[in-house]
Amino acid sequence: MINNKLKKNIFEKAALCRHFEQNVYECVAKKIIKFPVYLSSGQEFISSTLSEIILNILKVKPLIFAQHRCHSTYLSFGGSTVGLIKELLGKKDGCTYGMGGSASIHSPKINMFGHDGHMGTQVPIGVGACFASKKPTIIFFGDASAEEDYVVGVIGWASTKKLPILFIVEDNNLSILTKKKVRRNWDMHKLARSLNINGFNITDNPNEIIKYKNFFFKKPTLLNVNTNRLFWHSGAGKDSENIFDRYKYELKKMGIEGKKIDLKIKKKIDNLWKKQLGKQ
Amino acid sequence: MEKTVRETIKEIIRRHLKKNKGQVFGQCLTAVGWVGGTIPELYEKDGMIELPMSDVSNGGIVVGAGLMSKRPIYVIRYQGFNWYNCPMIVNYACKSKELWKIPCPIFIRGIGMEGGIGPVAGSSHHSLYFRMPGIKIASPMTPKEYISVYNQFMKDDDVYYISEHRKSYDNSSELKDSLSYNEFDVVIFAISITRFESFKAKKILEKKGIKVGIVNIVWLKPFKIEKRWLNALKKSKFGGIVIDDDYVNGVSKSFANDLNLKSKKQMHTMGLKDRTAGFHKAVDNLPPNAKEICKQVEKIVNKN
Repeated sequence: MINNKLKKNIFEKAALCRHFEQNVYECVAKKIIKFPVYLSSGQEFISSTLSEIILNILKVKPLIFAQHRCHSTYLSFGGSTVGLIKELLGKKDGCTYGMGGSASIHSPKINMFGHDGHMGTQVPIGVGACFASKKPTIIFFGDASAEEDYVVGVIGWASTKKLPILFIVEDNNLSILTKKKVRRNWDMHKLARSLNINGFNITDNPNEIIKYKNFFFKKPTLLNVNTNRLFWHSGAGKDSENIFDRYKYELKKMGIEGKKIDLKIKKKIDNLWKKQLGKQ
Repeated sequence: MEKTVRETIKEIIRRHLKKNKGQVFGQCLTAVGWVGGTIPELYEKDGMIELPMSDVSNGGIVVGAGLMSKRPIYVIRYQGFNWYNCPMIVNYACKSKELWKIPCPIFIRGIGMEGGIGPVAGSSHHSLYFRMPGIKIASPMTPKEYISVYNQFMKDDDVYYISEHRKSYDNSSELKDSLSYNEFDVVIFAISITRFESFKAKKILEKKGIKVGIVNIVWLKPFKIEKRWLNALKKSKFGGIVIDDDYVNGVSKSFANDLNLKSKKQMHTMGLKDRTAGFHKAVDNLPPNAKEICKQVEKIVNKN
């Protein structure tokens, strides 16, 4: 079970991600940001929970590989908030020198490597980095990337070499708008097990994620985390009004304390955005 | 006795693993033959890493090792296999320095061979890499050239594609440019294995009174045109010809264009024909041999 302090820390990170993405949403809607942006709203509890477990409980600083929809990963693991704002505004002093946009961001400070744009390439590249360095490595990818042939092959090799890797499938059930059941009849956690690694199918509930922490970085482990994408695949818009929102659910559960954290962080993030937008 | 290209590569690999603590990746490295005798009999504990048969992801594994500064050497047993092996190298490793300011040096050994190996595995495929930014490409055919290319890689932080050819492995001689005349009829710019055939063609043509200059192109990218090459080309009667071991619609046409713009001389190209190779000798698609080169040069000379 998660204690109150950890619960608060996770919620604070989730709030940071949520309000950051809300500002990005508005910038996209107002056409201040014009390139493709992949919002992680709705999925933020995966990164916020994992980062708290890995950085603060296990005291591990892993190599991080992610792909598009990675703002929450970057922010939760300690990437510079202002650096990402500047990046999205195309500034040369952005976290990726104005070259990375939304999908290819990186942060050497937190060992987060950028992504080239081909879905799932971070999986073989992350496995190779882990093999060469023997450092604990976390690799995020979506349920669609999981279907890339090279992802399956390389998870097999990570298994063969018994690498200290945590594979996180952020499973929002959608490839753009095509549902999983249309694309395949198999499950990623079962495939992982067939490749002789730990494979679990869970939700993005922090209480559930933390149950698996003892498996992290001991042998290859895959968590298929079922979650929900609040907004369009790319850009500012909603596919549906009836999507379960983990953030609203946890906010309600947190009561007055949650509201206070939410307001405080909203104010802080809004101000950071306002300041940078004022320099435009 | 001088070392062959084969022995030179083997020695470099041994040094890379034992002294430089690098890594060598590839498929079936430790199989019979040890990649044409170009790698020493070392194993995973020494840094010789056997990869699985998943070609596409293997390229990514090597990129990951490059990011960790292991200066991996990646052995691709047939250059045609690059179609599966290179996507993550050209799209990630080659762009990493420019995009993220994180170098990802990799030394890719692409091995060419030809004759009876069908539609994919034959000849060179360096043009596949050529169009992408962030890569250096060399095609060394002599021991000293190979050593020079490797040494440059070790001082550099870029991705290197080495377009090797099995037919060069027994070679122990150095090839020098042949630009001794004041005025040539035609200047040949030869790449990879076609360099050996070009020298044979030169001898035949000179017996017929046709003066041929030869430039050995070792560095394909960056392709730097030397002044003496340009002078020879400008003074030539009928221009030049770029000869490659890759398909003719590749680097050869790009080089011909560059040389034409700088010299204002007519440039021609030869390479693999624009058709699919079959296995039987009658349907194979081989690089230009001395006879074909002579025929093409005579055609240029007689036409003018």
